[in-house]
Amino acid sequence: MSEESHDFAYTDTERPPAEAIREALAPRYSVVPFRRAHTLRRTWLDTFDWRLHRAGLTLECVTGHGPAELVLSGTAGERITAAANGARWPALAETLPSGRLRDRLTGLTSVRALLPAAKAASTVAEFRLCNADDKTVAWLTVDRLHPAAPAAGRAAGTPARLSITAVRGYHGQASRIARCLAAQPGVFPGTVPALDAVLATAGQAAGEYTNKIDVELAPSMPARSALAAVLLRLLGTLEANVPGTVRDIDTEFLHDLRIAVRRTRTGLKLGAALLPDGLAAGYQPQFKWLGDLTTPTRDLDVHLLTFAAGAAGLTSASPADLAPFHDYLVARRATEQRRLARALRSARFTTLTAAWRAALTGMAPPRRGPDAAHAAAGIIGKAHRRILARGGAINADSPPEMLHDLRKRCKELRYALEFFASLHDLPAHRRAVRELKGLQDCLGTYQDCQVQQKEIRAIAADLLAAGGVPATALLAMGDLAAHVGERERQARSEFSSRFAAFASPQARARFAALTAGAQP
Amino acid sequence: MKIIATYNIKGGVGKTAAAVNLSHLAAGDGLRVLLADLDPQAAASYLFRVRPRVKGGGTALIRGSGELDKAVKGTDFDGLDLLPADFTFRNLDLILDTTKKPTQRLARLLRPLGASYDVVFLDCPPGISLLSEAVLYAADLVLAPIIPTTLSLRALDQLTGFIAHLDGHRPAVLAFSSMIDRRKRLHRELAERLPAERPDVAAAAIPALSLIEQMAVQRAPVTAFAPRSAASRGYAQLWAEVRARLS
Repeated sequence: MSEESHDFAYTDTERPPAEAIREALAPRYSVVPFRRAHTLRRTWLDTFDWRLHRAGLTLECVTGHGPAELVLSGTAGERITAAANGARWPALAETLPSGRLRDRLTGLTSVRALLPAAKAASTVAEFRLCNADDKTVAWLTVDRLHPAAPAAGRAAGTPARLSITAVRGYHGQASRIARCLAAQPGVFPGTVPALDAVLATAGQAAGEYTNKIDVELAPSMPARSALAAVLLRLLGTLEANVPGTVRDIDTEFLHDLRIAVRRTRTGLKLGAALLPDGLAAGYQPQFKWLGDLTTPTRDLDVHLLTFAAGAAGLTSASPADLAPFHDYLVARRATEQRRLARALRSARFTTLTAAWRAALTGMAPPRRGPDAAHAAAGIIGKAHRRILARGGAINADSPPEMLHDLRKRCKELRYALEFFASLHDLPAHRRAVRELKGLQDCLGTYQDCQVQQKEIRAIAADLLAAGGVPATALLAMGDLAAHVGERERQARSEFSSRFAAFASPQARARFAALTAGAQP
Repeated sequence: MKIIATYNIKGGVGKTAAAVNLSHLAAGDGLRVLLADLDPQAAASYLFRVRPRVKGGGTALIRGSGELDKAVKGTDFDGLDLLPADFTFRNLDLILDTTKKPTQRLARLLRPLGASYDVVFLDCPPGISLLSEAVLYAADLVLAPIIPTTLSLRALDQLTGFIAHLDGHRPAVLAFSSMIDRRKRLHRELAERLPAERPDVAAAAIPALSLIEQMAVQRAPVTAFAPRSAASRGYAQLWAEVRARLS
């Protein structure tokens, strides 16, 4: 059983690494071939938003002579392997063969599919490093990576990767060997992870994608430039999610795309005065069109994602009774998804994004105008005051529309906080978002439950009109609607306390402190 | 974790060869295996090319805590580790005698290894001593090689009688015919008759072959350098019987 390894990069392309190592270690240690060089096909897998990478994990599908194997390894030494059993990518972790690997992955990836992040061929040779008794004291692995898709102008290969692993009880000798090796020309201690090396040849890096607005703004920069930078970042997120949405890889592509559209619409609305005349007014209908396009599929996704939990909560019906309802949702989603994909491939969409990018990149800062800090304080302050006023007007008898409207205003404030997060103190920003989120969750549940109940009723009517639906299915849908209704009432009853917490003098003071010093 | 002791009161009957080859086969089956060389002659250590030296010697090993784990060395075979012998192991009886409950000491030292190993082989020196009692207390199975002669059978009876009189834990005993010389009628007859007559004798029989002696030249298990030989087949059959008994 072996442990502890010393890694090196070997850059000499003239001399084979084993030959150089043999010369370096003679006569004290010998280098004995153990396994002939063999080629492995390696495919690194992660979710589009790099959930495994962020958790310090690397997942590979390795194919050699035998069946393909999945290998999950962690920076803390964690390693789980499982047969790939012909898995095809993209795939949800829950579709992998049952076992420890699947259990570990499902919690991390959730609704996101695993898809290839990089591919390479790996030529691996193994050697025994032996002492004078011909006893193996360490293992030497020489690995040459050949990325599948290097970017033009970049080297197709990476330096050979050498790894010396001590045999248990021989750490001292392995360290001596490593020191000797480190002194050789062309040998450099340490290697970047194989995935990073392969991605680098394509000009990429792990963890690049995030749906967060990670734009660094300066308080004194022109507000127009700051807003343009945020909107450009949102356009990047929107475009990054188009292929995955069109291919219907997983539901989060559409979700991230939709959020990018919503944030853009909020930016256009709240920051209209900062943009060149007529720009916001011109693009608002375009992005409304795009947002509306995404609604039917996303609503059905939410239905299907929460379906199992809803079915499990039935009290007077069996989850199996809901099968016709489920089939209906799946069929309707397929239709809506096709419609959405068609629209995202349309000339209208392509023209919209190209023109929007051109408008943002070509936008010159105004000669006069507020700086980013003051504009942010103004936008956030106004959005905050609007919530306090409209929320304060809601009482127990208020119609649902007032709560729905308040939910929209909360979203606007949330997005505004996110746009300008880099201008504010991070802990204060997080606290403000947390306080707002408490109110948003309550309003979200309330409205989502109302929408779901309406849809359940409408679908029940559709199924009945189409004929052939069993009575048990309709009864189960009624049961489901009743549970959704219960959640709706619960959320409604919580509203006043949630709003009171958000509108408390202490919370108001904290909000004011967030933008203090930059009040208009 | 299962503990198997290759032990016999008589010496030179193939204990070490059995321990070395069976531990190699067990590791080949994917089990995590430790072979503990308790014999100061250090034959098992030599066969695996491991220097027979333990830091602090037998005293540190028996009286210390965690010393055993630190002394373990990896072999050239996946899944197979070795606790090397040390010349001070000739005094293990005396060292054990200075501890509380000496017959239980070895079992207590081995217990923490349960998380790391599926099987531990104890290659024991011959004779009956305090160390033998400690080995018998620790072992789940005593694997006793017997050369099919009257004297060897007498030694086996002595061993089973000794185990029967132990207080507390008593390991199972599985004897097997070892160093069978096919040219000798007595060897052939006893090797065939014993498994039928005695349930504590395995059907597997290990022939006396120069290939087994070659282990000292090759410094490797015969099951590694001559896996298709009659000797390896004999050990494979014996390992299959041992595995069946343990499960």
